Amino acid sequence: MSKIKTRREMKITVDHNLEEDVKKKIVVDAKIDGKVGKIDFNELKSGGFIKQRQKDLFTARMRCPGGRIPIKKLKKIAEVAEKYGGEYVHLSFRQSLEIPYVNYKSFNKMIEELKEVDQNIASCGPRVRVPTACSGCEYNPNGLTDTQKMAQTVNEKFFGYRCNHKFKISFSGCPIDCARTNEMDLGFQGAVFPEWNEDPCTGCTICSSACLEGAIIPHPQTGKPIFNLSKCLFCSDCIRACPTGAWQPGKIGHIVRVGGRHGRHPLNGSVIAKFITDEEVPKVIEVVLEWYKKNGEGKGRVRIGEILMEAGKLESLIKELEKAIGGKIIKSAKPPHAVHINQYD
Amino acid sequence: MSNVKISTNTDIGIDDSINLSNEVCPMTFVLTKTKLDALEPGQHLEVILPAGEPMRNVPIQVKEEGHKILKVEKMGNFFRLIIEKS
Repeated sequence: MSKIKTRREMKITVDHNLEEDVKKKIVVDAKIDGKVGKIDFNELKSGGFIKQRQKDLFTARMRCPGGRIPIKKLKKIAEVAEKYGGEYVHLSFRQSLEIPYVNYKSFNKMIEELKEVDQNIASCGPRVRVPTACSGCEYNPNGLTDTQKMAQTVNEKFFGYRCNHKFKISFSGCPIDCARTNEMDLGFQGAVFPEWNEDPCTGCTICSSACLEGAIIPHPQTGKPIFNLSKCLFCSDCIRACPTGAWQPGKIGHIVRVGGRHGRHPLNGSVIAKFITDEEVPKVIEVVLEWYKKNGEGKGRVRIGEILMEAGKLESLIKELEKAIGGKIIKSAKPPHAVHINQYD
Repeated sequence: MSNVKISTNTDIGIDDSINLSNEVCPMTFVLTKTKLDALEPGQHLEVILPAGEPMRNVPIQVKEEGHKILKVEKMGNFFRLIIEKS
């Protein structure tokens, strides 16, 4: 049996968000399979193994970008879960599949077996997390952007990047925003600018019925659309409904929200740019992460949204982003604002 | 898209008809689809739909299944569509 100390015996709160110097204290001697070595509980957590209440047991978090798990991987995960885990798996709130009740002594074997199907372990801690996404335009009729493709790209490029605090990215394919981009440190939501051509239009008024926002009113005589841009959410319903193709997609891209979070004190993120192309997404993430690193220096465990609420900070980020994406930036953006969910009187 | 047939004349032939004025989603589309499945390509189906949510969704779904909407008529709180099966 292992001589590893339990969390209670160590009298240390295992918190993956601790600063580097504190973190080192959680390295303990361990004896696994006859070999003596060291285990850093925090390293385990950053590797996606999360300490459970039960002695020696951890929850293993799978890396499932966009919540998509190919059947081949799912079968292997099920096999591994049966072998090393408990009676069930758990679906995390950010689309990861988690295997609870894994003994730390099984970690290596488990990781090896999952590698056979290229299934990786996710992360936690102060870093860029696995991106989440809706099913996207591939088969969801509402989807305007390929959120699954974007989640894979971001997962490959940015997963695990070290930050002040956790950094969550999500992709929604349309303004229904199932992936809650407003609650993410950085969120991308699909949008399409509708363009109307008079010639094919028959004045059938289907577009005004399709528009939920009242952005299209039929002309009283001709039935042809009167478009009110300020009400348009860029959902593309008018384009999809139009029987004659009078409404056509113009610009297609992502609305960008930054500085959101959930938790005890949620923040509603700022809408900071619109119609960002797929190719521009990694650039935006890079600029935002660099800005976060620079502006979070010495501030410890702080989310980007909290920094953006300080005077002048949003303007500073806008200035940086403008260099990368130019006129797509929204200069009049408002800083993130608090959504109070824990006020009881 | 420009070759879509749109007729403004009122005497488009009707091969079948369905009144969905008391139905809600998803039956509005399911029943429209069932009727369309029973028709031959090129035949016309008349559908009466309530304004609001059904009128918002059914035309989109019909179009996405490849059929053509030939005519839309507003009748008070209802719409009359004529759909050509693809």
